Amino acid sequence: MKYSYYPGCTLKNKAKDLDAYARASAKALGFELEEIENWQCCGGVYPLGSDEIATKLSSVRALNEAKEKGQDLVTLCSACHHVIKRVNDDMKNVDDIRFRANNYLKLDTPYAGETKVVHFLELLRDTIGFDELKKRVVNPLTGKKIGAYYGCLLLRPSGILAFDDPENPKIIEDFIRAIGATPVIYPYRNECCGGYISLKEKDMAKNMCDKITESASGFGADMLITACPLCMYNLNKSAEKDLPVYYFTELLAEALGVKEEA
Amino acid sequence: MSHAKNQAERVREISGVNPLKCMKCGKCSATCPAFNEMDIKPHQFVSYVANENVEELVKSESLWKCLSCFACVERCPRDVKPGKIIDAARQLVVRERGGNYLTADEIPELLDEDMPQQLLVSAYRRYKR
Repeated sequence: MKYSYYPGCTLKNKAKDLDAYARASAKALGFELEEIENWQCCGGVYPLGSDEIATKLSSVRALNEAKEKGQDLVTLCSACHHVIKRVNDDMKNVDDIRFRANNYLKLDTPYAGETKVVHFLELLRDTIGFDELKKRVVNPLTGKKIGAYYGCLLLRPSGILAFDDPENPKIIEDFIRAIGATPVIYPYRNECCGGYISLKEKDMAKNMCDKITESASGFGADMLITACPLCMYNLNKSAEKDLPVYYFTELLAEALGVKEEA
Repeated sequence: MSHAKNQAERVREISGVNPLKCMKCGKCSATCPAFNEMDIKPHQFVSYVANENVEELVKSESLWKCLSCFACVERCPRDVKPGKIIDAARQLVVRERGGNYLTADEIPELLDEDMPQQLLVSAYRRYKR
């Protein structure tokens, strides 16, 4: 099975691992991620103003390219997923944005939200299935106690992201079980890490990440996993230095026995 | 239309929010992770727009403390979206000449070697035009 793939700016730079382990794992699981040509940065955060058009066009170009190839669009970075999924919802459901974006882009056929946007974790859950993934694991991470860190971008707003229950998600916990480890449920797993606030207000982000890591440690987690490079960065600046943070794809590649190939 | 009325109308347009839907339950402020840092609190954003006092709102430090984490949006029982109101107020500021909260000149001293590109593009989009 072939999918269009949107890596995003950070996965080409500071988060190369997140990307490389995903590609190696995809290969091991028998699906192909075909990187979209000439993709442009999604902008990192969704433009909230209802009159914002230009800031949404890079997402529309990626969505349309996947549409023209007849493929679903796979995302990996939480921020890219959030932005592209929300812009796709605008293109499908908001007449004014669809009209103005298409006027600007002058595509051969107007784009109206046809592409399905799928996060890599959703692909594991909905297409491969966690039961099947479990069977493919050659190196189960038995005994590891892992806290899933969801953050905000994958879950909210739940009406549009439709990723999982926004207050009591379980997709990453199910993933942790599938790779043979033990999930640790802790209360701050869907609270914000501070996001972009850490550029100018480092203390504010640090306080928030301290709450998250103290909560996870207190409930017995040995490590956290995330899909977001910015969550990773902020969490690593937290005071709780004994709690390592990994990209979920690294543990996936390890469990599938393909870590060295990444 | 008076300036105050015009500003309030602009916030309503940009945000797409109808402030009159709010029933003042305060859940947005209770759930906001940046609450302690804010001078005007999330449940008050709505009143500033309804009372056409956007002049005060755009001067608020809260514009630069909001994380766009959507906790207030997700948990509002009336679907009012306070996070979109504060973004609209922020837009009124950064769309004006000289209104940027972040300039390119500031970036070099804020950088560290682990900083993901995602942080810079996100901050740029929220803080400047």
